[in-house]
Amino acid sequence: MKQTTDSLQDPNEQDLWTAGHTEGYADTDALRTAQASQAYASQAYTSHPDAFRADGMFMAQGPAAGPATHMPEGPGPYETSSDDIFSPRRRFLSLLALKERLKPFFGTKIAKSSGRAKLIAVGFLCLYGVIAVRLVYFALHPEAPQELRRGDQVAAARPDLLDRNGEVLATDVKVMSVFAEPRRIIDKDEAVELLTAVLPDVDAADLRKRLGTRRGFIWVKRAITPKQREEVHHLGLPGVGFLAENKRVYPNGPLAAHVLGYANLDGAGISGLEKYIDGQGLADLSGAGFKLTQQDLKPIVTSLDLKATYAVRDELAKGIAHYKAKAGAACIIDVNTGEVVAMASLPDYDPNTPADALDPNHINRLSVGVYEMGSTFKAISIAMALDAGKVNLNSHVDARDSLRYGRFTIHDFHATHRILSVPEVFTHSSNIGTARMALMVGVEGHKAFLRKMGQLNRLVTELPESAEPLVPKNWGELNTITISFGQGLNVAPLQAMMAVGALVNGGIMMKPTFLKRSVEEAQRNAPRVVKPETSEAMRYLMRLNAEIGSARLADIKGYYIGGKTGTADKIVHGHYAKDKVFTTFMAIMPSDKPKYLFLTLMDEPQGLPETGGYRTAAWNAGSVTARIIERVGPLLGIPPRLDLPTQPFPLLAKLGYGYANVPQTRGGPVH
Amino acid sequence: MISRAERSPLANWWWTVDRWLLASVLMLMVLGLVLTMAGSPPVAERLGLSTFHFVHRQVLYLIPTLAVLFLVSFLTPRQVRRSALIIYVISMALIFAALLFGHEVKGARRWIFGIQPSEFLKPAFVILIAWAFAEGGTRRDVPGNLIALLLLPMTIIPLMLQPDFGQTLLVSLVWAALFFMAGLHWFWVIGIGGAGISGGLLAYKFVPHVRARVLKFLDPGTGGGIVDTFQVDTALDSFLSGGWFGKGPGEGTVKRILPDAHTDFIFAVTGEEFGIAACLFIVSIFAFIVLRGLLLSANNEDPFCRFAAAGLTMLFGIQSAINMAVNLHLMPAKGMTLPFISYGGSSLISLALAIGFLIAVLRKRPRSTIFLEQDGKVLA
Repeated sequence: MKQTTDSLQDPNEQDLWTAGHTEGYADTDALRTAQASQAYASQAYTSHPDAFRADGMFMAQGPAAGPATHMPEGPGPYETSSDDIFSPRRRFLSLLALKERLKPFFGTKIAKSSGRAKLIAVGFLCLYGVIAVRLVYFALHPEAPQELRRGDQVAAARPDLLDRNGEVLATDVKVMSVFAEPRRIIDKDEAVELLTAVLPDVDAADLRKRLGTRRGFIWVKRAITPKQREEVHHLGLPGVGFLAENKRVYPNGPLAAHVLGYANLDGAGISGLEKYIDGQGLADLSGAGFKLTQQDLKPIVTSLDLKATYAVRDELAKGIAHYKAKAGAACIIDVNTGEVVAMASLPDYDPNTPADALDPNHINRLSVGVYEMGSTFKAISIAMALDAGKVNLNSHVDARDSLRYGRFTIHDFHATHRILSVPEVFTHSSNIGTARMALMVGVEGHKAFLRKMGQLNRLVTELPESAEPLVPKNWGELNTITISFGQGLNVAPLQAMMAVGALVNGGIMMKPTFLKRSVEEAQRNAPRVVKPETSEAMRYLMRLNAEIGSARLADIKGYYIGGKTGTADKIVHGHYAKDKVFTTFMAIMPSDKPKYLFLTLMDEPQGLPETGGYRTAAWNAGSVTARIIERVGPLLGIPPRLDLPTQPFPLLAKLGYGYANVPQTRGGPVH
Repeated sequence: MISRAERSPLANWWWTVDRWLLASVLMLMVLGLVLTMAGSPPVAERLGLSTFHFVHRQVLYLIPTLAVLFLVSFLTPRQVRRSALIIYVISMALIFAALLFGHEVKGARRWIFGIQPSEFLKPAFVILIAWAFAEGGTRRDVPGNLIALLLLPMTIIPLMLQPDFGQTLLVSLVWAALFFMAGLHWFWVIGIGGAGISGGLLAYKFVPHVRARVLKFLDPGTGGGIVDTFQVDTALDSFLSGGWFGKGPGEGTVKRILPDAHTDFIFAVTGEEFGIAACLFIVSIFAFIVLRGLLLSANNEDPFCRFAAAGLTMLFGIQSAINMAVNLHLMPAKGMTLPFISYGGSSLISLALAIGFLIAVLRKRPRSTIFLEQDGKVLA
């Protein structure tokens, strides 16, 4: 007994000692007993009920008495109890010896704890290492799994879209949607059967599958009618309910569909202005969980005029039907602010059935399509030569012979075979004359001017859909020649309108916008691109062209129209096809102080008997523009003037061009 | 005041505590306050409270936290054992009271009198286990291993009744690690570990339910279109949108839809607003505390202190690692806070208790004191 206490006096020493000679201390009597009993104890609670009770007794005593108090008498009862149990079973001693051999398997060795603590430290190091690696992985792969979700959410409110006069173009209506909570549904088959009976267009198999999940929430059907709501309500299914949602409606159907774009069932903008307003922070707000109501959101006033848009689309549709064109588009912009007042591109779609928008034939031809603009580009080329001071309105260029460049020869469509004045080049739409003027400026000057006019870069507006112009890679003199009359450079029509608008509005580049803005706002950051004199010369030329040139058909009395036609042969299989054309017509109104620029374009219009079989721009795009001007003029608040302005081009008059308004010789045929 | 020559109790404390450990823990508390400022306003607004409600509360909780940490670190190992026993008994009683009288919060009965007694049970349990292993290893007359074996079910069964599987897991892991440290034969370590792994593999192969759970964790899309991983996905979005240096304090947007942004998912908020660099800094502080705690424990000569320090450090380390791993979608969601950083009074004070114990048992003591104490224990 005393010996036991002694040997336990210094556990630390004993500890070290045990580490070296584990079996060593088995020869002292007391220790032998202790050890044996422990060996016994380690198997006791599996084999012997008595021993278990002995240990159990000790256990009950142990923690309750507290570690410091029970120690002195510790070995006492233990030894006796083990003796009591032991004495009758000495015949099992040989068996116990075996158990002692196995003891290291069952016991623990405190001497190992230091090393093992270090082992655990290594384990933790690895654990934190994994966490750090994962963090670094996220930092290096910012595009990593952005998982599919945000599926089942209530459609967020969106601001109304209004036209410039406050008419509604897009708004939210409250609709009811049916949802189910699969976890709360008792009989799934019954629920599927009843729900599909009331809502026949819900797919039964799909609904059953989704109800079979353990999700908390699924949509059964979005946007149901009040009658359906009533019927579902009367089914009395537990776990099926209704939520009021916002559904986006476009009360004007296809009008301005390309501008508005559309929003999906969850209230996320997918295209057009709807997508643009999401990008302005709306999506962030609703994504961040702000519950926005219609009242919180200020309506967005667009630049469109609903009535004008209707008239434009209507006239365009009639024109396309009449001239059997494949497609067409028309647009009106305010040249002083860059606002798009009306826009239509046919064929179009109804944003209330957004699936139609995906048809590639339904693209917005004004901003997503890029085309060779044909002779309307001559306006830009002549303005460039005028602005650079290479020519003035009294200059003459030689158009007697075709222009040869290498193995290419440039002809005029209606060759005059004489020396033409600059206005004649414009009214006769002379390719040769325009090309010669562009060559005076040179390749680099031409490129620089077109870049300044925004023709070589993607036009960025509020509409997310836009196309990059197709610019020749190696731009040589031949490219300058062809591009000067509108072949060889594909731009978006809206882009060309922006340039022509700048040429006629006094020389300020106004980026087109679909949001309403004032002249002051528009001019704040608008750069000047040509001199005011050049701009006035262009207005004069366009007016002249409407009086005596190819734009005569569009000269609506009282509006003092100016215009330019453009007919480009379409490229089919890498060659210009003679029978397939792309026609454009640009008109300004009024020419003395332009407010609006009109563009109409037609894809593959056909010649008709009444046009003498001609399919050139004046006949189709030009006459459609004329109809549009006639209808839209009063709508836009511009009444026809009974008498023409007496001094329409004061700057030119000052410079000595007194012949304004006095037609010289009547130009060629209307083309 | 704090001089080596005059041994006032405070001076004695200052020269014997591990100041590195103390400094890192204080740094975590400061970081926690800053991050609560980032993570809690959206939650407070969602609950209709004032914007900095949780920040103010956190500051208030820090006062008792610091007091507990400071006072507990003064205890001698024997006082540590005694207070642990008392705390263990009281928290056990409170857990049972909560089971019987507590009201349900989020499907579990964990709270009573505004505290979560299981938080206080953990450090007390670790101390008792450490005592059991130390005694079992040094003295042949105390069946320490058996006590340790019995303490585990005693502790985790009430926890499982709550139910609180996160705490159960934590307590069991620390217990197993301490058992391993106590020198369990490799035969058992490998045997039990191997049995666990092969059992898991067999279960994965043959039990469809287990396989579904694992697959769901690995790829939420499988398992019949069950996509119920909003929290972790949002947390991942936070890290991704933050990048290396974050969006800047208060600039986070993902945190607005992140549930528990101020508690369990504060690490993700850190990632969004302060960037992954800041997250790595936090990871390194935790790693430093844990490694320092474990290495100091390995070098400690008193077996009880060695086990207690290792156990408390592991408690702290496993909790932090689980929280960060859940945030990073390395393991399925478990309700576990990030020590000293997440908001929460019970959690803070229980951590202060644990770290106070840790600092107390790691205090440098002359060898003679250790022996004297052991003598006293045996003789007195």
